[in-house]
Amino acid sequence: MKLTIIDWTIMLVYFVFVLGIGFALKRHMKTSKDFFLSGRSLPAWITGLAFISANLGAQEVIGMGASGAKYGIATSHFYWIGAIPAMVFVGVFMMPFYYGSRARSVPEYLKLRFDEKTRGFNAISFAAMTIFSSGISLYAMGLLLGVLLGWDFTLSVMISAVIVLIYISLGGLTSAIYNEVLQFFLIVFGFAPLVVLALIDVGGWSGLVARLGGVATAQGYPAGAWTHSWKFMDSPAHNPMGVEWFGLAMGLGFVLSFGYWCTDFLVVQRAMAAKSMSAARRTPLIAAVPKMFFPVLVILPGMIAIALTHRAGATGFALPQKLDGTLNYDLAVPMMLGHYFPTGLLGVGLTALMASFMSGMAGNVTAFNTVWTYDIYQSYIKRGASDAHYLWMGRMATVFGIGVAVAAAYLVTRFNNIMDMLQLVFAFVNAPLFATFLLGMFWKRATGHGAFVGLLSGTFAAAIHHGVTLPHGGVAGIKGGWFAVTHIYPSEMAQNFWTAIFAWTTCFVVTIVVSLMTKARADSELAGLVYSLTERPKEDQLVWYKRPTALGAIVLGAALVLNIIFW
Amino acid sequence: MGLDIRLPIGSMFSIVGLLLVGFGLLGDKAIYQRALGINVNLWWGLVMFLFGIVMLFFGRRGMRDLKRDEADED
Repeated sequence: MKLTIIDWTIMLVYFVFVLGIGFALKRHMKTSKDFFLSGRSLPAWITGLAFISANLGAQEVIGMGASGAKYGIATSHFYWIGAIPAMVFVGVFMMPFYYGSRARSVPEYLKLRFDEKTRGFNAISFAAMTIFSSGISLYAMGLLLGVLLGWDFTLSVMISAVIVLIYISLGGLTSAIYNEVLQFFLIVFGFAPLVVLALIDVGGWSGLVARLGGVATAQGYPAGAWTHSWKFMDSPAHNPMGVEWFGLAMGLGFVLSFGYWCTDFLVVQRAMAAKSMSAARRTPLIAAVPKMFFPVLVILPGMIAIALTHRAGATGFALPQKLDGTLNYDLAVPMMLGHYFPTGLLGVGLTALMASFMSGMAGNVTAFNTVWTYDIYQSYIKRGASDAHYLWMGRMATVFGIGVAVAAAYLVTRFNNIMDMLQLVFAFVNAPLFATFLLGMFWKRATGHGAFVGLLSGTFAAAIHHGVTLPHGGVAGIKGGWFAVTHIYPSEMAQNFWTAIFAWTTCFVVTIVVSLMTKARADSELAGLVYSLTERPKEDQLVWYKRPTALGAIVLGAALVLNIIFW
Repeated sequence: MGLDIRLPIGSMFSIVGLLLVGFGLLGDKAIYQRALGINVNLWWGLVMFLFGIVMLFFGRRGMRDLKRDEADED
C-alpha cells in the first residue's frame, strides 16, 4: 500500500482534532467527578454512541472481518443474540441500580451491595484486564501497520499511545467519550464505501450467495452454511463454527454476552456519565440500534473477501496466504481497503482503522484510571485525601496505565503465549460474573460471603472445565486438557461457550447455597440496590420514544426480524 | 461540558470532505481503476462534506443552547 500526500493530510487533520478536543475540554476538568464521570452531564445520544465505540476496538473490526470469512453470516450471532438482548437488559433492568445507587464504578456497586472483598476481587482483576487489553490492542496495531505500510513497530505503538495519553489526561472521560463519538462516525464513513465497492465487485448479494455456496461445499458443508445464521445450527458438523444452537444460545447469547454488556465497567461507565436516569437507561438502547447493523460494516467485507478468493471478481481480489499456505483471515479487511481504495479514500480508511484501535484503547484506559483511583487507591492506599489529590491521581494512573500497556505490547512480541494465557485467566474470572450481578440485583437474600465464594468457585469451575476438555484437533496445553482429557468439543468456540456455561452455573448455585447459610443484610441497607426494594423509575412523563421500555421492545423486535431474514 | 461535540465532528468531516472533492476533481483519474472506475474520492468526499455541514449546523445551535444554559446558571 502506498500513501501519498493527501492520505497523510487526512490523517494529520484527524490527529489535530483528536488532540484539539482534549485541549478544549481541559478547563472543564475541575473535580474528580468531571474527570472520571464527565460530571454526569452528557446527553444519551453521545453516551450511546460512545457505548458501542468503546467496544469497537481492533479486535472487533479485524476479528469480525476474519470471522466473517471463516464462518460467514453466523458471525452475526455475536451481535444479534450476543449483544442486543443483553444491551436491552442492562438498559431496562440494571441501569436503575448502577445509576440510581450513585456508585462511581461497577466494583463500587459490588461494595455497596455486597462487601469489601467482593469489590476488591472484581476491582483488581478488572484493572489488570483493562491494562493488558490495551496492550494487546497496541500490539495488534503495531503489527498491522507494519504489514500494511511498513511502519516501524515502536513508532506506531508510541505515536498512538502518546496521543491517547494526551487526550485522556487533559479531558478525562469526557475527552474519551467525545473522541469515541468522532471515531464512531469516522469508522462508519471509512468502511461504508468499502462494503459498497466490494459488493458491486462480487455481483451484489445474489452473486455473493452463489460464490459462498461454492466456498461452503468445497469445505464439505451444506451450500448455505455461509449465508444462513441459524439453519445449520442443528449440529456442530453442519456449520463451520462447530457449535450447536443450545451452546450458542446459552453460552454466547446468555452467559458471555450478559457477562460482558451488563457487568463490564468499560461500557457501563459510558452510561454512568449520562445526565439523568432516563438518559443512562437509554444509553445502551440507543447503542443497540447501530450495533445491530454493524455486521454490514465489519462482517460482510470478510464474507466478500472469502467469496472473491474462491472465484475472483472484476478487480481480482484474493486473500493473502500465510507461510504455511493457509489463508490469512486477519488481513481480510485491511487488504480489501488497500485493494479497492484509491489514494485519498485510502487515507480515510486507514484513519478509520487507527481510530478503531484508539477508541478501544481509550475505553480501557478510562475504565482503568477510574477503578484504580476510586476502588483501589482511595479504598486501600490513601483514604480521605482531597478531591484535587484524586483528580491528580487519575491523571497519574492514565500515564502509568498506558506505560504498562506499552510494556505489555512489547512483552507479547517476545512471548506470544503470555497473552494467550492471560486472556484465558481473564475469561475464567469473567465467565461467572453475571450470576453474581443477577442474584445481587434481583434477590435480596444474596449475601457478601455468598457472592465472594460464588465468584471464586465459578472462576475455579471455568479453569477445571477448561483443564479437562479439548477442542477437536487441539493439543493439551494452552487449548485445554492440561489436567486430563475427558471430553473433546467439535471446535474451540464450542469449548469456550461450554466453559462459560459451567462457570456461570457453578457461581449461581454456590452463591445461593452460601447465601442461605450466612446472615442476610437488613432490608433498609439494600434500598436502591435490589429490585424488590427499589422504586421503579417513572417513565410516564416522557414521550413514548424516550421511554426505555418502549425503546427496548422496538430494539428487540428489530433484532428478531434480522434473525428471521437471515435465518 | 462547554463544547458541543457536533462542532468538531462537523468541522473535521467538512474539511476532509473538501480535501477529497478537490482531489477527486483535480487529481489523476487513472487511480480509480481499482475502485471499479468510480471516482470515489469525489462522490464520497461530497457525502462526507454534506454530513459535516449538517453536524456543524446542529452543533452551532447546540452551542447557543449551552451558552444560554450557562448564562442561566450564573
